[in-house]
Amino acid sequence: MMPKQIGDTLIRTVDLVKEFEISGGNFFGKDKPRVHATSNVSIQINKGETFALVGESGCGKSTLGRLMLRLIEPTNGYVEFEGININELSHESMREIRKKMQIIFQDPYASINPRMNVYNIIAEPLVTHKVCKTKEETKERVKDLMKKVGIRPEFINRYPHQFSGGQRQRIGIARALALQPELIICDEPVSALDVSIQSQILNLLHDLQEELNLTYLFISHDLSVVRYISDRVCVMFLGKVCEIGDTEDIFGNPLHPYTKFLIDAVPKPDPYLRKENKQLLQGDIPSPVNPPAGCRFHTRCPYAKDVCKEKEPEMKAVNNRQVACHIV
Amino acid sequence: MDELLRINNLKTHFFTKKGVVPAVDGVSISVPKSSIIGLVGESGCGKSITAMSIMQLVQKPGRIIGGSIELEGEDLLKYSEDKMRNIRGNKISIIFQEPMTALNPVYTVGKQVAEAITIHHHDVGKKEAKKMVLNIFDAVGIPEPQRRFNSFPHQLSGGLRQRVMIGMAMVCNPKLMIADEPTTALDVTIEAQILSLMKKLQKERDTSILLITHNLGVVAEVCDYVYVMYAGKVMEQANTFELFKNTSHQYTNGLINSIPKITAEKERLYNIKGVVPNLMKLPKGCRFCPRCEKAMPKCFMEEPPLYKINTVVAGEHYARCFLCESSEVMDDA
Repeated sequence: MMPKQIGDTLIRTVDLVKEFEISGGNFFGKDKPRVHATSNVSIQINKGETFALVGESGCGKSTLGRLMLRLIEPTNGYVEFEGININELSHESMREIRKKMQIIFQDPYASINPRMNVYNIIAEPLVTHKVCKTKEETKERVKDLMKKVGIRPEFINRYPHQFSGGQRQRIGIARALALQPELIICDEPVSALDVSIQSQILNLLHDLQEELNLTYLFISHDLSVVRYISDRVCVMFLGKVCEIGDTEDIFGNPLHPYTKFLIDAVPKPDPYLRKENKQLLQGDIPSPVNPPAGCRFHTRCPYAKDVCKEKEPEMKAVNNRQVACHIV
Repeated sequence: MDELLRINNLKTHFFTKKGVVPAVDGVSISVPKSSIIGLVGESGCGKSITAMSIMQLVQKPGRIIGGSIELEGEDLLKYSEDKMRNIRGNKISIIFQEPMTALNPVYTVGKQVAEAITIHHHDVGKKEAKKMVLNIFDAVGIPEPQRRFNSFPHQLSGGLRQRVMIGMAMVCNPKLMIADEPTTALDVTIEAQILSLMKKLQKERDTSILLITHNLGVVAEVCDYVYVMYAGKVMEQANTFELFKNTSHQYTNGLINSIPKITAEKERLYNIKGVVPNLMKLPKGCRFCPRCEKAMPKCFMEEPPLYKINTVVAGEHYARCFLCESSEVMDDA
C-alpha cells in the first residue's frame, strides 16, 4: 500500500471523563451509582491517519467516539478540534464544526430511515446545512456521492429495504461524505456484515481515504480488521487507555499484558497456527460501575503484583509508544 | 472412524407466498464419533436450517421434503414426534448464538438446567437433579456453582450465560451437540474461553460437536473436518488442514482471502464480486458461477457434482467445481 501523508494533530482529547448516572441510590436521588465509561482519556489523532480504538464491550470506545463529536457532554476534560476547544462553543459555532466531522454506524438496518429514499437520506445533511442553492445542484451532488461509494445513480429513488446490508452501509458512507468532512468516526462499520461484504467495505473506506485525504477514527472490537485498516492503535480496557502505538509495533510486540492476551485470543484463520494449551485470560470483564482499584486490569492479569492493586499506573512513554502498566 | 450422524441428500424448502425457497438443497454430511465438524458459510447459506432440520424444529412454512438423517443407523425423519422429543436435549442437544434469548428470564438458571434432566429421566429426584446440575456447572467452569444455581439469567455475564447453555446441553451426556454460532455474540477473550471449554468437554465426555459458524478463524482453531456451504449446497468438504492447504473451490478460496489476517503483511483485501443470489432465482448451472473469476461456459449450463480431490494432507476431500473435473465423482451427491 502507498505510504500516507500524515499531518499535524486534527483532534485531541484532554483528560476526558464521562460518567453516566444509573438508577439506584437513596430515596432523595443522591448517591446514584455511576458507570465510569471513560476515565482521563487523552489521545490525539493526526490529519490523514486512521486511528483505531479497540477493546471489548464496555471499555468505553463508543462513548469516546460520541464525546469527540460532542454528541454527549463530558463530565470532565475537553475535546480540541483543529486547536479549538469544542466543548466551549455555542450551538451555532458547533454546527459549523459538525460539518467537518461525521459518523458511520454499525447497523446499516438501524442507522438509515426506512421511510426515506436514497436521495433524501444522502441529501439530508446538504439540506440541513444549506450547502446547495438549487434542487438540481443537490441532485447532482447526491449522484456524485452515490458513484463514489459504488451505488448506481439510477437507484436514487429506491428505499433502503431494496438494498442489501453492504449496499446500505455504502449509503451510510455516502451520507457521511456529503459535507466533505475532515474526520469520519467509523463505529464498528463492518461488524454486522458477512466476510465477503466486509472486505468490499474495508477496501472502499481505504480508497476514499486516499482520494479525499480523510482522517478516520476507527472503532472496532475485531483486531484483524484493525490491523488491516489502521496506522495507529489505542487499546482500551474498562474506560482506560492501556497502550497507544503504531499498528505494526503493537501487533508485532505488544507491551501491555492485556494487549498481548487480546491478540492471542483472536481465532486465526490458519489451522497450522493452532496452539494447544494456549494461555487464556481467566474470568470476566469487571463491571464499569465498580471498577477495581489500582490498575483496572489487575483482577484478570496473571502478572499482577501488589502495587497493581493499590496504585493506578501512569502513562509511560516507551520507545515511540505509550503504555499504562507497572510491570513494563 | 465410527459414524454417529449421517445426513443424506437433505432437502428443506420453505413454501412462501412468493415461491419456494430451497434453503437446504441436497446436503450430505457425516459426523464421526467424538469429533468436531464445522459447517461454515455466510448468512442465508442454509447452515442454521440444516441444524434445525436435524432437530426437526423447522418452522412453517419450512418443511423437510427429502433425504434422511441417521443417528447411529436409525432414520430420525421416520420417528414420531413423541420419539423425537426423547432425542432432543437427550441424545442431540443444541446451543444458540444469543444465550440471553435462549434462556427463560423468569426462572433461575439452576432450575432451567435441572428441567432438562427431569424431563428426560423421570426417575431422577429433585435433590439428585440439583447435584447433577452443580456437577455440570463445575465442569463448564462456572465459579461458585452453589450461588449461581439460584441466579437469574440477567444476573450473569454473556460468557457465563453461554456456559450455562453449554451445561444445559451437556447435562444429559448427549452423543451430539450442535453449536449454532456459539461465540459470535461474545468478546474475543471470552470467545477463546468458550472454544477451549468446548474442546475440553468434547475430549472428556466423548461427545461429537457440529459447529456452525461464519468465522473461518473459529473453524481453523477447533474443527477436525469442515463443510463449506453456499446457497443451500455444500461446495467443498475436507479435513481442516487440507482445506486451508489445498483449497480447491473458488468460493472457499474467496472466503479465506477476504478475511484480514492479523498475522500477515498488509495487502489489499480480496473481494468476491457481487452478492449472494436470491434462492428463489438461482442461476442456472453452478450457483457460484456469476461471482466466480474462473467460470467457464460449462459452469453456466450445468450444475457440477462433488468431485474427489487428490488429498495433500489427510482425509477425504471433495469440491463442487468443474475445475476439478478430472477426478472421480462422489456417488450420492
